[in-house]
This record gives sequence, structure tokens and C-alpha cells, in this order.
Amino acid sequence: MSEREKILEVKNLKKHFRVGKNKVVKAVDGVSFDIYKGETFGLVGESGSGKSTTGRTIIRLYDATDGEVLFKGVDVHKLKSREEKLKFNRNMQMIFQDPTSSLNPRMTVLDIIAEGLDVHNLAKDEEERRAIVEDLLERVGLNKEHATRFPHEFSGGQRQRIGIARALAVKPEFIICDEPISALDVSIQAQVVNLLKKLQKENGLTYLFIAHDLSMVKYISDRIAVMYHGHIVELADSDDLYNYPIHPYTRSLLSAIPLPDPEYERTRRRLIYDPSVHDTSEEPEMREVRPNHWVRCTSKEFEQYKKEIENLSEV
Amino acid sequence: MTKLLEVKDLTISFNTYNGEVQAVRGVSFDLNEGETLAIVGESGSGKSVTSTAIMGLLPKSNAIVKSGQILYQGEDLLKKSPKEMQKIRGQEISMVFQDPMTSLNPTMKIGKQIAEVIIKHQNVSRNEAYERTVELLREVGIPNPEQRIKEYPHQFSGGMRQRVVIAMALACNPKILICDEPTTALDVTIQAQILELMKDIQKRTNTAIIFITHDLGVVANVADRVAVMYAGKVVETGTVDDIFYDPRHPYTWGLLGSMPTPDSKEEQLYAIPGTPPDMLNPPKGDAFAPRNQFAMEIDTVMEPPMFKVSDTHYAATWLLHPNAPKVEMPESVKRRIQGIGKLRKKGGIKI
Repeated sequence: MSEREKILEVKNLKKHFRVGKNKVVKAVDGVSFDIYKGETFGLVGESGSGKSTTGRTIIRLYDATDGEVLFKGVDVHKLKSREEKLKFNRNMQMIFQDPTSSLNPRMTVLDIIAEGLDVHNLAKDEEERRAIVEDLLERVGLNKEHATRFPHEFSGGQRQRIGIARALAVKPEFIICDEPISALDVSIQAQVVNLLKKLQKENGLTYLFIAHDLSMVKYISDRIAVMYHGHIVELADSDDLYNYPIHPYTRSLLSAIPLPDPEYERTRRRLIYDPSVHDTSEEPEMREVRPNHWVRCTSKEFEQYKKEIENLSEV
Repeated sequence: MTKLLEVKDLTISFNTYNGEVQAVRGVSFDLNEGETLAIVGESGSGKSVTSTAIMGLLPKSNAIVKSGQILYQGEDLLKKSPKEMQKIRGQEISMVFQDPMTSLNPTMKIGKQIAEVIIKHQNVSRNEAYERTVELLREVGIPNPEQRIKEYPHQFSGGMRQRVVIAMALACNPKILICDEPTTALDVTIQAQILELMKDIQKRTNTAIIFITHDLGVVANVADRVAVMYAGKVVETGTVDDIFYDPRHPYTWGLLGSMPTPDSKEEQLYAIPGTPPDMLNPPKGDAFAPRNQFAMEIDTVMEPPMFKVSDTHYAATWLLHPNAPKVEMPESVKRRIQGIGKLRKKGGIKI
């Protein structure tokens, strides 16, 4: 485990937005985590928790207010030359939530997917460019014939496949998936998740998977971080997070998911998160309660959580 | 239980530039007093068109009701004049839409929007209507309603806005409430609150609810009975337990199998291959056949009728015909049902 290579290190990342004269929205307020090569890291939270802002700041769609994002050891916010930036852009790609608004309606699928190839000069000539795109289309489960069509001719699931093909075109190592399946129908969601998993295996990709649908995140992720109000409140292996949630917010979030089982639903009790239960005597920080299981808490809460988790493990 | 609403063989098409889109193709179901019927299906399955027809809100310009009846307390709603429908809408049957922002008027104070409904349908004074509005807002859990009636929709959060819409829908104590994906745009914790609120209101007022959604977790939570729709038809209907523990239609298997459970470890989700059919030219025979791994020859020739599984449970698939080969549901779906059973024994997620 310890020999796993860190592909991304996020250190105390902050992104504040100025709204109006003297108002600042702290969308992301000191977030730290590492992502290992080849894993899927899930980031969950409710709307406004800062999960998408975190993703967008990592890929430099936003400039960070403070903190560092090290991608393969290099701080992405300190890249200066055009070459460095291009190289970074090639290695990190993004898939967006809404497949309609993230594809240019006036470009053909061929041009959409090949845009990355053009920017990075990856195709020698028109013929090779076309061949690469056709190969990509087939890898994401579309046909060669689709290359000449326009985005509006496709269904939501197919458009998301085009978005995935575009991200893959420049052979990235790391892909940020920002709610890639939230806008799709249930049966299509499963298709896209299966596709993402297949592509990960084939190409050794690393994913940052941002979503609010916890059951899908649990299914696809190796590790999960839960965000609340700009902070990560809990970070653990996905099984651990589900089986032994520690932070009261994680527990309330988990208890709110309806599962497709009527019997379970009749007995499910929802826990309500009350932020006033927290110890306010000191600024909370991330502490390791169990191996690889981190919770944002104060030292007093830390002792309490450790006791709780010991009792749970015995059962 | 009294039948409140009976939809019989409803068929609706839309005229478009490309031709006739057959959105709803012979849908029948009942709704009893005080129960919740969930209609499940993918986009384009006709679930929203069905509910729009019940409300009498189909666009006049291009929608054609080809056949069928919508009987509300014995009277056919499709035969009512627009004026008569206006009386029924809001008073007898009302609706909650998916996006609370677009169903509220952004330039009008919340209080006025709700009081408007009451003044329109009930013979009350302005003051009485406002008093009732405050009461309604309190019932749906909006704190400090006396102040908040003076605010505009943008001053409310998404969950609070949906509460306002629900309050508006309930203003005249309707007998039927149609909810079209009311929680899809909301966060899980807010969704849980809204679902609890709706169940609570139903208990108090005995309102019948038609709940349209594609989230099977939500269905398991709210529904008494379920109708699964595909390509403009009801393909399986039954009590919530019938559908979740003893599904018979391959499409229902697919829907259930495509959702991961917290315990699932499988490498692949059971995904339904392909995409929903083009309703301009729906396939001959069983519309699900091209995506159905268990499809038989007859599926491409003849549409399956509704086969009876039990008194409450019906499914439209040839697999239930006495002459059909015995087909078991896919392993992964079986495991899913058992897997959740295990979870149940443990008493839910360990917390």
C-alpha cells in the first residue's frame, strides 16, 4: 500500500469568491487529500458543499486562493510557460455533468473529439486524425458513422459518451468526472459507469469522481471524501465509510439515502445533522481515527470517536 | 377502498414535423383514496404525458388523445370543457412539478401566489385567504411564515421553494396530488425531508398521490403500488413488495439490476443494453424486445397482453405465458434482492 504512487496531492486548497463589496464566499476552505495512481477517488457532498469548485480548481478552471495542487509533484497553479501548461492540460481532462451544454452544437462529433488532438498536434494528417477519432468512438460504444453528426442528434447517454471520448483523445492519466451520470436515466447510468470502469482498466486511468449520488459513488470509488461547507469532514476507504461512518454529517447523509427495498425503507430512521453537537473549544482538523480513516474533529472529539469505533468493531 | 381515478386505455400522440410521436399507447391504471401510486420509467416512457393529460394540460396545438378515458369519481375528464377543468385543477386534482423555481412566479410575493389559489377556488375574503396561507406554510414546515409570505421565490432555498409549491398544491385540499419528480432537483437530505412531509400530509388529509419518478429508492420509500412504464405502456404493475421482491418483467429486472446496492461488489452493473425506442416508429410487437436478452420470436410479432401473476400483480411479457420457457431473473438481480435482505437483517446501515 505504502508504495503506491501519489498522482495528485492537494494541500490546504482554498477557493474564495468575492461576492459584492465586503462579502466573501468560502466555497473551498482548506481541503487536503492525496489521490493514488490508478484509483478512483470519490468526492461527495450536497450542493454548495464545494465539491465541484474543488474539482474545477484542481484542473485550473479557477485559480486557487491559497494552497497547492501538486500533480505528479508539480504545483499546477505555478505553471508559467505555455509548454508546461499544455503538458498539464494533456495529462488531466474533465468530463462534465450536462452533456448538452458541454458540447459545441455547431461542431461535428469528429471536430469535437479531435479538438484536443489539434491543440496538442497529436495527429500527423487528416487521415490519422479521423482514424484516431473513429477508434475512440468505438471504444466508448459508438459507431464510426457517428463522426459526421452533430451533438443534437444524440441521446443524453450517447452525448456523455462523446464527452468521454473527447477527454480520452489526448491520452490523459487523470480524469475529473464532475457528476457525469446525474443527468442520465437509470439504465443509461449503469452503462456509463460500466464504460468508465472498463476504460480505467484498459488505460490505467485515475479518476476523481464528483457526485451526490452516494450509492453510485460507493460502487465506483476506492476511497471517498465527504465534503460539507467547504471542508472535507471524513475521508476513508469506501467500505469503511459506509460501514463505519463516524462524522455526524456523514451519518446523516447516509441515513438519508433511500434504497430500493420497501422493507428497509419502512424501518429506516433518518438522522438529522446538528452542527451544534461539535466541540468548539478549538479549530477542528483532520485526524486518523482508524487506519486510513480520517475525520475532521477536535482532540476531544477524536478521543470520543475512537471509543465509539472500538465499540462498533467489536460487534 | 374507493376508486378515485381510473385511467382506461389512454392513447396520446403528438404531431411533430417528423411525424406522429406515439407518447402514450394504451395506459390503464386505478388510483384509490389515500394511497400512493408510483409511476416509474425512463425519460420518454410517457409518464409525464399521462399526468399532464389527467390535469388537462396537454398542449392543444399538437396533442391528440386518440382513445381512452380518464374517470375521476365516475366522470370522464377528457370530456370536460376547459372551464370545467379549471374548476377541477387545484380544487380536486393538483400538481407539484420537478423544478420549484420555474413553477413559481419570480415577480410575485409567495403569500400572494398561494392566496390567489384560495381566492380563485373558494368563496373567502382576502384576509381569510392570507390567514389560510400562513397556516399552510406552517403545515409544510416553513419557519416564521408571517414574515416569509412577504418574500419572493428567490429568497427561498431549493427545498423551501418546493415546500411552497407543495403548500400551493394543497391549498384547496385536493383529493389527488400528482407529483412529477418533486425531489429530483434536491439534495438527498432535503429530499428525505420533503418525502417525510408528503407522507405526513397524506396521513392527515387522506390525499391520493401519483408519484412520478425514476429513482427506485424513492419509490420504495413512498409507494403503496407501482406502475412501471416503458415506451408508452404500463409493462408491470403491482404492490411495492411485488415489484421489488418478485419482479417479473425483464425491464423491471434491468431497472433493479442497474442500481448498485451498498453491498454490491460486482465488477459490472447489470445494464440494459441499447437505448429506448424511437416513439415515431415504435417497434412492432413488444417494444422492449430489442433490448431484452430473453426476447422470443413472438416478441417481435405480437404485443404481449397483461398476464396476471397475483390479484395485485400484473406484467406484460410473453415470458409469463404458460407455453413460454421457464426463465429465471438474472443472477445479479437475484443477488441484489438477497443482498438488501441481508442489510435488512442487520437493521440497516450500521450507524
